[in-house]
Amino acid sequence: MTSDFFASDFWLPIGVMLVGAAVTYAWRGLGVALSGRLDTNSPLFVWVSCVAYALLAALIARMIVLPFGLLAETETLDRILAAVLALAVFFAARRNILLGALAGSGSLMLLVWLRALA
Amino acid sequence: MSDRPSPSTAIAPEVPAKPSVAYRRGLREAFGAPSLVLFASYLGFGALVRDSDLHILHGFFSTATGWALPGQIVLVELYAAGAPLLAIVAAVALTNARLLPMTVALLPLVRSPRWPRWLYYLAAHWIAVTGWAAALKACPSLPRDERLPYFLGFSTTLWTATFAATGFGFWLAGSMPPLVSLGLVFLNPLYFMLIFAGDVPTRLRLYALVLGALAGPAFHLLDPDYGLLLAGLVAGTSAFLLGGGHRASPGAAA
Repeated sequence: MTSDFFASDFWLPIGVMLVGAAVTYAWRGLGVALSGRLDTNSPLFVWVSCVAYALLAALIARMIVLPFGLLAETETLDRILAAVLALAVFFAARRNILLGALAGSGSLMLLVWLRALA
Repeated sequence: MSDRPSPSTAIAPEVPAKPSVAYRRGLREAFGAPSLVLFASYLGFGALVRDSDLHILHGFFSTATGWALPGQIVLVELYAAGAPLLAIVAAVALTNARLLPMTVALLPLVRSPRWPRWLYYLAAHWIAVTGWAAALKACPSLPRDERLPYFLGFSTTLWTATFAATGFGFWLAGSMPPLVSLGLVFLNPLYFMLIFAGDVPTRLRLYALVLGALAGPAFHLLDPDYGLLLAGLVAGTSAFLLGGGHRASPGAAA
């Protein structure tokens, strides 16, 4: 390995991922322990499910509208158009996720390419 | 619970249960649509890892230990944005909280006197939506002793595919023109957007999705560190109250 193997740039994300893995496994382990003794339709679980859905929807919207990295260099309009096209193809192709995602990614690439030509 | 087969199943089984055959069947049946869709989405994750200036080993480590794509993406995105550990861990915990009711639902189906208790705790690590949904569908028609091996076989294929995809996506993002990396990274939000769009939503879920999508960018502008967490909590709680979740009956569960 290169010397960056020992750098904090390497171990810091590993540490964060370990803590993330611990809280993730905690839900699974707790599920095994509590199985059969828990009403998962209680208001608490309904609330948790609402928060999880909202959080993911928030992340998706933010990744499309205010992305980091490479996507940040593309036009907002292009990303929104590509996302709408992905939805259109998805429903036209009987809810085929693969086709929808390919259409969305492909059209974003095409739009960016066309803008570079212009 | 005993970890050995009871005498009756050992001597005169009604239906011969063959765990190894069930494991291999699970391995095989995961090929095709389930692993293909997951492969494509983890290609995007691999590209995201590269785009976030992380190492390929971070990608593999995340896929091995996190093993549920939403939480993995939340973690990598927030880490890349420089969010504090508390914000990252709380957002990952809330994103993955659905694994608890999922595990509670699957366990009674795969339980058998034949397996030691620790095996369920080990197997639980592979509970994620694709393999979980497949096991819920296949298990009722399988003999009890074959259900857990089937789930483990199915998950083995998925896990292997996602490792390959994480590495391949990372490699592609580094060796293809930036335009291709762009398309790969964009797969991440698209994949989950389409999963949500294809879901027949309950009223509560619909509120949560719409409010969450509106709150996401707005709260990010307010506070990039805790914005995602706050967006989830505020939009999720509003959806819960608006949809009458506090008066939930079993049939109204989100």
